[in-house]
Amino acid sequence: VSDGSYSSPPALSRSDLGVKPKRFASWSDFPYLGTLYGVSGLFAVIIAGFLISVIVTSMPAWRKYGLTIITGKTWDLATDQFGGFPLIFGTLEVTAIALFFAIPIGVGTALAIVHLLPHRIRLFFSSLVELLAAVPSVVYGLWGLLVLAPWFSATVQPWLAHLTGGHFPFQAPAEGVSLLLAGMVLFVMVLPLIVALSRDVIAIVPADQVEGALSLGATKWKVIRKVVLPGARTGIVGAVTLATGRALGETIAVTLVIGNNPLLAKSLFSPAATIASIIANQFDSATAIQLAALYAIAVVLMAITALTNAMGRELVRRSGGRVGTI
Amino acid sequence: MTTRIDTELPADPLLERRQMIQTVAARTLRRRLLGSKIMVAVCGVALLVALAPLLALVIALISKGLHWWSVAFFTKPPSIPTLTNPNDLGGISNAIIGSLVIVGLAALFAIPIGLVAGLFLAESDSRLAGMLRVIAEVMTGMPSILLGLFSFQVLVVGITLGGIKFPKTGISGLAGSFALAILMVPIIMKAAEISLRSVPIRVREAAVALGARQGVVARRVVIPTALPGLVTAVLLAIARAVGETAPILFVIGASAYNRVTFNPRHEMGALPLTIYQFAVNSLAPAQQDEVWGIALFLVVVVLVLNLGSRLVAGFIQRERR
Repeated sequence: VSDGSYSSPPALSRSDLGVKPKRFASWSDFPYLGTLYGVSGLFAVIIAGFLISVIVTSMPAWRKYGLTIITGKTWDLATDQFGGFPLIFGTLEVTAIALFFAIPIGVGTALAIVHLLPHRIRLFFSSLVELLAAVPSVVYGLWGLLVLAPWFSATVQPWLAHLTGGHFPFQAPAEGVSLLLAGMVLFVMVLPLIVALSRDVIAIVPADQVEGALSLGATKWKVIRKVVLPGARTGIVGAVTLATGRALGETIAVTLVIGNNPLLAKSLFSPAATIASIIANQFDSATAIQLAALYAIAVVLMAITALTNAMGRELVRRSGGRVGTI
Repeated sequence: MTTRIDTELPADPLLERRQMIQTVAARTLRRRLLGSKIMVAVCGVALLVALAPLLALVIALISKGLHWWSVAFFTKPPSIPTLTNPNDLGGISNAIIGSLVIVGLAALFAIPIGLVAGLFLAESDSRLAGMLRVIAEVMTGMPSILLGLFSFQVLVVGITLGGIKFPKTGISGLAGSFALAILMVPIIMKAAEISLRSVPIRVREAAVALGARQGVVARRVVIPTALPGLVTAVLLAIARAVGETAPILFVIGASAYNRVTFNPRHEMGALPLTIYQFAVNSLAPAQQDEVWGIALFLVVVVLVLNLGSRLVAGFIQRERR
């Protein structure tokens, strides 16, 4: 840079150039702008219809059961009792188990890919992770049900139970299908997501900062701790948020491996249920008010995921990151 | 020899001090390097831990699934296994055709809406664009089963607003396409926006300076420049839709044995749904094993679409040079 400063020239904003359709520049542009506004408006209307129709369909249940849909402790289709607390709690538990493993391992993997692997195999691992993020969730669920569940009940669960002497949180029964298994399947599912997203933000930490720290005598780990992680913090928070949202709403894989028993789990080995899994599991056999109750609990899920999403975006925004890329 | 000279000399406090500092410094350096090595090793272990389950999944898919692939597997409809003939499973042609029709129709709805809305996000700073961006972000994080509930209510049950009955489709492939289209639009929108925004501002300026209208700038300059990105956006959205089970779970027909049909007004099969149904209630042990063959096929389709999106984007870019 000629004047010795490292600041880039001020970026021209789009509005300085008059190339954006703020208003009709001339009537000859009507077809173009009309299409833009028309199609975008149509999409907005469809989404509004989506929100309204799900909420309206759930209204009979809200009217009949009120807030017990959120606070009630018994969910039983046979007796028309719809207390969604065990489902909400189950959803949070499964998500927590998944993230407990996925965050450290995911970020560690991303760091390893960017800063430890030789350049040549880095691309291979990167593509591998991206492809694994694309594997459909029903396949993960299938694998959990047919491969992991037998292995869990025969090997993993007895070993864990032995560890605590059969006490909390590993009480019997060791049937494979359980809260723990659902959490682990979900962990495997969100892992590629966290790795792929945090790898991107770790990779864009400026190289001169990393090299500067190295030249001051920092060790590799010190560079990661003091330069790379703080620089990528925003994006990592965003990645974790996105993974949380995915985990909260994941339906098919969880339905296959959690056992769909809407009780408050006393043990990590107990079968449980999440909001999404109970909808998938009971929708076909539901009628009238039961259907409305399922829509009501779906509204709760909608609120939880929207809240998580908004919170994550706010966190990212506050720590000065760009939301658009995540 | 030197040692004798050293002992003969009177103790030098400065030298002792320097030696002490050097020992301490060497120890600190060793400790720091060791600490660094340990943490770096931890990251390496994380990489291995991350790869292990993923590798196990791939091995299970290939070892258990590949031997199911045959011409009959892809071309015959499924048959219900009986007690006398538990291994006569037929194929999955109904699911393949169903997925093709459902996702094809969904893409037909979603691609124009997604691309135009993406163009709107990229070209406009208006408040409507900001609102639309928020909607797209919320919708990409929305659990996909909710879209199934929406489609069920609107197209299967049908809605009546102010005495007017809206058209409904009943349980059909079309209802599944509708749910998948809503899933695809925000994905296409956001990916298209990023790709359209990356068109250099100078290129736009040049077109504007030549007197081009906004529509012409978009059609003749911005969209062609961003084309590889747009193709990627569309293919990724299709790949995502092919593998989705939850949105179509309630709306395209509950049986894995739905007949082979190209008519989206009928009940249809779909690959992910067949996997789900055979996994949950298989009628014969062989059927639960056959699922691996279907799952492998689905994964291959999704991965080909993913890899294809990169290859096509790269190809378009190369052609242009």
